[in-house]
Amino acid sequence: MSTETYGAGFFRDWLTAAAAAVDREAGRLTELDSAIGDADHGANLQRGFAAVAATLEKEPPATPGAVLTGAGRQLISTVGGASGPLYGTLLRRTGKALGDAERVSRTGLAEALAAGVAAVSRLGGARPGDKTMLDALGPAAEALGDSFAAAREAAEAGALATVPMLARKGRASYLGERSVGHQDPGATSSALLFAALADVAGAADAVEGTS
Amino acid sequence: MLINVPETVVDDGLRGFAAAHPELTVDVENRIVLRRDAPVAGQVALVSGGGSGHEPLHAGFVGPGMLAGACAGAIFTSPVPDQMVRAAAAVDSGAGVLFVVKNYTGDVLNFDMAAELTEDEGIQVAKVLVDDDVAVTDSLYTAGRRGTGATLFVEKIAGAAAEAGAPLERVESIARRVNARSRSFGVALSACTTPAKGSPTFELPDGELELGIGIHGEPGRERRPMMTSGEIADFAVDAVLQDLRPKGPVLALVNGMGATPLLELYGFNAEVQRVLGERGVPVARTLVGNYVTSLDMAGCSVTLCEADEDLLRLWDAPVSTPALRWGR
Repeated sequence: MSTETYGAGFFRDWLTAAAAAVDREAGRLTELDSAIGDADHGANLQRGFAAVAATLEKEPPATPGAVLTGAGRQLISTVGGASGPLYGTLLRRTGKALGDAERVSRTGLAEALAAGVAAVSRLGGARPGDKTMLDALGPAAEALGDSFAAAREAAEAGALATVPMLARKGRASYLGERSVGHQDPGATSSALLFAALADVAGAADAVEGTS
Repeated sequence: MLINVPETVVDDGLRGFAAAHPELTVDVENRIVLRRDAPVAGQVALVSGGGSGHEPLHAGFVGPGMLAGACAGAIFTSPVPDQMVRAAAAVDSGAGVLFVVKNYTGDVLNFDMAAELTEDEGIQVAKVLVDDDVAVTDSLYTAGRRGTGATLFVEKIAGAAAEAGAPLERVESIARRVNARSRSFGVALSACTTPAKGSPTFELPDGELELGIGIHGEPGRERRPMMTSGEIADFAVDAVLQDLRPKGPVLALVNGMGATPLLELYGFNAEVQRVLGERGVPVARTLVGNYVTSLDMAGCSVTLCEADEDLLRLWDAPVSTPALRWGR
């Protein structure tokens, strides 16, 4: 299984599935954001990922790296707020790290994602435990070295772990102690990305298994 | 809500703004508002922007003597770098562009990216960060103080310097000076409702108020039983003065958050002036009105800026924008 590789089509499917997940969960993301932010995380990501999905369908890039860098640029140009530059940088840097390979392995993607996560941390200045998307992204990128399912679980656990945290970055940080007890919307949307990745990988494996 | 559908609120507003202000160039598709006479030869151009929902900030401050361009984002969401780059390219006369950026993570990240891209096009760019909100106490462990009412002071005063032909370094240093000498504190009597969510962004029962709020419907740091206008003025002005300690006269902005009647704001201003008098702080100029708002939030903020002769002269200089207009 570990020798499995994934091409541009898989990455397009991933981001399309992520767009669907964001669309489905937009209400919940906005609800979480209204508790400790400004009630727009769902709508903002919805707008960005819808644009990504539309572009991928119209002009599908040929390599995994190009799919991710293109999507990252699109998020930066359409989302705004903090999540636009942060998610845009995550995908752009991950895509750049993949280079122009036609196909990449799961472990290759895990390494590239680690570079993407590091870039997000540099840009936003957040560290693990600050109650941000990094608390889901970091553990997920690491667990992806083991399996897609482990990455999904690590992201979900990371998002849940933000509940008791005190926010130190982003808009929730203005609340001080009052940010405690709420799940971070950014960590929650990050978990959606990894759930979509695991779903698409599961589907790809199933197809592989039957052929 | 007086809207069609949530999805078109920002664009509908810009179309109406364009119809009301033919003296400005409004690019609805790219959500950019520009001085019609830009670029103005020899002049530094101020470009600002931010999430929508704070009107008249920023588009209402575009015009001679203030901003050359403003970019509107989605509600409470920073605009994207593409807008800022486009606005900067449209207004730069060759004298350079000053980005006025409110200190929020999103605004900072997007303007940083825009500054890099704008410089790549051979345009000189400087940035000033506005961070005046004293309600954010623990700046080391937060995203830092928020940019609120002082944005108006920075845009007006630095805009006057630019209009007078000051070079970019001077306009930038004046903008920094204004921000460094300004502090704000805000109070909410009700939460605001974003069109996308359709319900209040936080629960604030009748008979309670929220102290130290921001301008995005984010709750503040402390909730108390309702206070009188005079008690709120004592609290807000003291919070500002604890941090500012002005040695000379101040500019005062008594700002409404959107849903508080002007009558109440003027009454509140009387209390603010009383407190300042009791604390021995002379007031050089006062502005009362809804300038840096938070949709339909009820409440107010107080911004004070310690102003020397230089800054007062620039404050008094003519300005001609939809929201601020005097002189000439």
